[in-house]
Amino acid sequence: MNEENAEHVHPDNKTYLFIAAILTAVTGIEFGCLYIPALAPIVAPLLLSLSAGKFVLVVGYYMHLKPDPSLFRWVFLVPLGLAAIVMLMLLGLMR
Amino acid sequence: MSNTAAAHYTSTGLDTRKIAFWTFIGSECLLFGTLISTYLVYEGRSVVGPTTQEILNLPLTTISTFVLLMSSLAMVLALAAVTSGDRKYSIVWLATTALLGLVFLGFQVVEFTEFVHEGLTISTNLFGSTFFTLTGCHGLHVAVGVIWLTTLTILAFRDKLGPEKAMNVEICGLYWHFVDVVWIVIFTVVYLLQRGGIR
Amino acid sequence: MGTAATAHSMIQHAGSPTGIWSWITTTDHKRIGILYGVSAFVFFLVGGLEALIMRAQLMKADNTLVSAEAFNQLFTMHGTTMIFLAVMPLSAAFFNFVVPLQIGARDVAFPRLNAFSYWVFLLGALFLNSSFIFGAAPNGGWFGYANLTSAQYSPGMNIDFWALGLQILGIASLAAGFNFIATIINMRAPGMKMMRMPIFTWMTLVTQILVVTAFPVITVALVFLTFDRLFGTNFYNVAAGGDVLLWQHLFWLFGHPEVYIIILPTMGIVSEVLPTFSRKPLFGYAVVVYSGCLIGIIGWGVWSHHMFAVGLGPIADTYFSGMTMLIAIPTGVKIFNWIATMWGGQVRYTTSMLFAIGFVAMFIIGGISGVMHSAATSDLQQTDTYFVVAHFHYVLFGGAVMGLFAGIYYWWPKIFGRLLSEPLGKVHFWMMAIGSMVTFFPMHWIGMLGMPRRVYTYSAELGLESSNFAATIGSFIIGLSMLLFVFNIIRSVRRGPIAGRNPWGAATLEWATSSPPPVYNFSILPEVHSLHPLWTEGGVNAIPDEPPGPVHVPGGSYWPLVTAIGVIIFFLAPLLHMLWPALVGGALTVFAAFNWAFEPFEM
Repeated sequence: MNEENAEHVHPDNKTYLFIAAILTAVTGIEFGCLYIPALAPIVAPLLLSLSAGKFVLVVGYYMHLKPDPSLFRWVFLVPLGLAAIVMLMLLGLMR
Repeated sequence: MSNTAAAHYTSTGLDTRKIAFWTFIGSECLLFGTLISTYLVYEGRSVVGPTTQEILNLPLTTISTFVLLMSSLAMVLALAAVTSGDRKYSIVWLATTALLGLVFLGFQVVEFTEFVHEGLTISTNLFGSTFFTLTGCHGLHVAVGVIWLTTLTILAFRDKLGPEKAMNVEICGLYWHFVDVVWIVIFTVVYLLQRGGIR
Repeated sequence: MGTAATAHSMIQHAGSPTGIWSWITTTDHKRIGILYGVSAFVFFLVGGLEALIMRAQLMKADNTLVSAEAFNQLFTMHGTTMIFLAVMPLSAAFFNFVVPLQIGARDVAFPRLNAFSYWVFLLGALFLNSSFIFGAAPNGGWFGYANLTSAQYSPGMNIDFWALGLQILGIASLAAGFNFIATIINMRAPGMKMMRMPIFTWMTLVTQILVVTAFPVITVALVFLTFDRLFGTNFYNVAAGGDVLLWQHLFWLFGHPEVYIIILPTMGIVSEVLPTFSRKPLFGYAVVVYSGCLIGIIGWGVWSHHMFAVGLGPIADTYFSGMTMLIAIPTGVKIFNWIATMWGGQVRYTTSMLFAIGFVAMFIIGGISGVMHSAATSDLQQTDTYFVVAHFHYVLFGGAVMGLFAGIYYWWPKIFGRLLSEPLGKVHFWMMAIGSMVTFFPMHWIGMLGMPRRVYTYSAELGLESSNFAATIGSFIIGLSMLLFVFNIIRSVRRGPIAGRNPWGAATLEWATSSPPPVYNFSILPEVHSLHPLWTEGGVNAIPDEPPGPVHVPGGSYWPLVTAIGVIIFFLAPLLHMLWPALVGGALTVFAAFNWAFEPFEM
């Protein structure tokens, strides 16, 4: 992959700032969630979803995984998936 | 194919170092995954206190999380600056990233010291062991990143970090963002979702 | 010696620098392969000696040759040595020497990182074995179960040597893992598509993926153990709410992929040797590739079949039994493909071929007892008996070790330019095959009749003395066969016949170079058009003896060794419970790493 192609696909600084704003807002919301009693029954899945969203934004855009060639996606997602499955199995076996 | 061309030939057209580094990141997913799994398996099983609800300082950690997220922003801005050959902003953003990382570490140090004062050490109970090992490992990774970033800042200052060296910065960025992403998981699982308490 | 800059050379012809310094600073994958091979073989003999002493002790009932404590150290070190210091590095020797040649590359992706892996391995191996000098060799089994390994129940330094030693070796393996994955993905010659790669290279890739995913788990498990012992943490402390099973889960999450890390490369070797000496392409190349990948994937899902006796519950036991049985399928597929390769071929029974066939036969036997273990119910009778010892020695010794010898006899001419003696080789093979059968087959019924594992002696009343005695005789036959092999090696180096490029008439790219290959491997970059480049008309372009122009060859570097030394010094800190080695070692590692990063070094 040559440098020119990579640059066309790079998000520009404005996009990065926008993502940073989203990340900040979501973090604030996550913090706030904990103080809203009405949300208590769904707070765990809500927080997990919000964090997953932050995760995807950072990995997809800051780490450039979304525009990049799919090889990198595989190299990352396979071990990540493996770690997640192992985690779930350990929780199932030991709790 | 000439010998010089042969030396630079790649099967995929992608940078070998980038491939190797993503592989390393994949491996680190298993490392942190194991630490986080252990934390979760042992959560709420401490026989003595203090544990999560008594000791974790959520507002403070939310701020440090924000600091780390902003450092990722500084990092992508640094990479953009290096790629476009902007010496001044290369230095500014690389230094900012390192500084924000250092601030995050400062928060960690404050937090750890506070916990020790309140009677939680790595050997006090299960929570102490899992918490300090997990966050300590993450902190160590941040520290390595800060050293890496400082090195790059100095190189940029010495005019040795032109656009042809952008891949070095990109790889440092991958590392830095990954460390940030691990923190997102730790923050959620340890701080936000604390169920804690003593068994 | 200065930096690599002064050691750069533009080489027109094949020669390599000589002298010890050139070996210490080498970054050439071929030399690193030889270093791995020699070191690994020495440790193989050490592990073998440990085995022979154990067998001598077990030869008679109620024997008093060694004490119980000494026996614990022997079986622990035998297992640890054979797995981590012998078989894995012997495989690494082949990864290093053969893979770049098979894919048409001039070296691996990161030559200095490659050297670093070797030096860390060697220093780690010495670290581990230095425990003998302190009379504190590891004694908790190669699997170190908690909480036997806690500071309370293992107060000496034995377990510290073990945990820290393995940690050091893990660093070496991980670094090599990243290196080889990048190499295989990105440094294949033009036309060398993934589905044209030799099976050995494919199996290397799957193995390295297993390494980089499984080793982090044991890294964490060992950190927990070391922290428990050193800092009083509670990971395996039941009184504080911990669970000793956490160790078993984490260890076997690593440990089961580990056994596939051990066997897959040797399956790859066999997949090269059998077609060559059957003068027939491997039957079902694609299926063999997919089976290897499937074994790697499923291998991640079976770990608790090592834990059937701990009380996981019926659901867990059923799941792990089922998955374990499932893994027999791709394994069986490979075996059928190997047999089908030989069927109808013009088979030449060279020593290498005999070892490859021996692998298949012994692995089938080991696989059958393995399937017997996969049923959780029968495993409750078999576990912790010699039946298990029989199983894994059939797959590890009859399997992996024979496979490695097949590779040694196969690639020796390529590596050293001379042939090993075939008659001597055949005697070696038959002695080893017969010795293995005599040693390990009786262990099946010894185990069924109730003899537990890891016991330093047994009562005469068990009626197992004659079987044990036979097993001991078998082990000494194996030992003698090794002496014969050493004699063969020495003789070949001195006056073996010259090998030529392709003494076996094999198909893959490494046989297109001279023997040994020139330092730059290929005078021009190969262009590949076939799965069997040397067996197909126009399968690969002609590789001239001399390169058309000067070839840049990266010089050596001593920074990988210095960095490795820094790492070892660092690990002295938790071993000796002192702070300063951590500071000195850490500083040296960082200093060396910076120099490594900034020295001029071009591929």
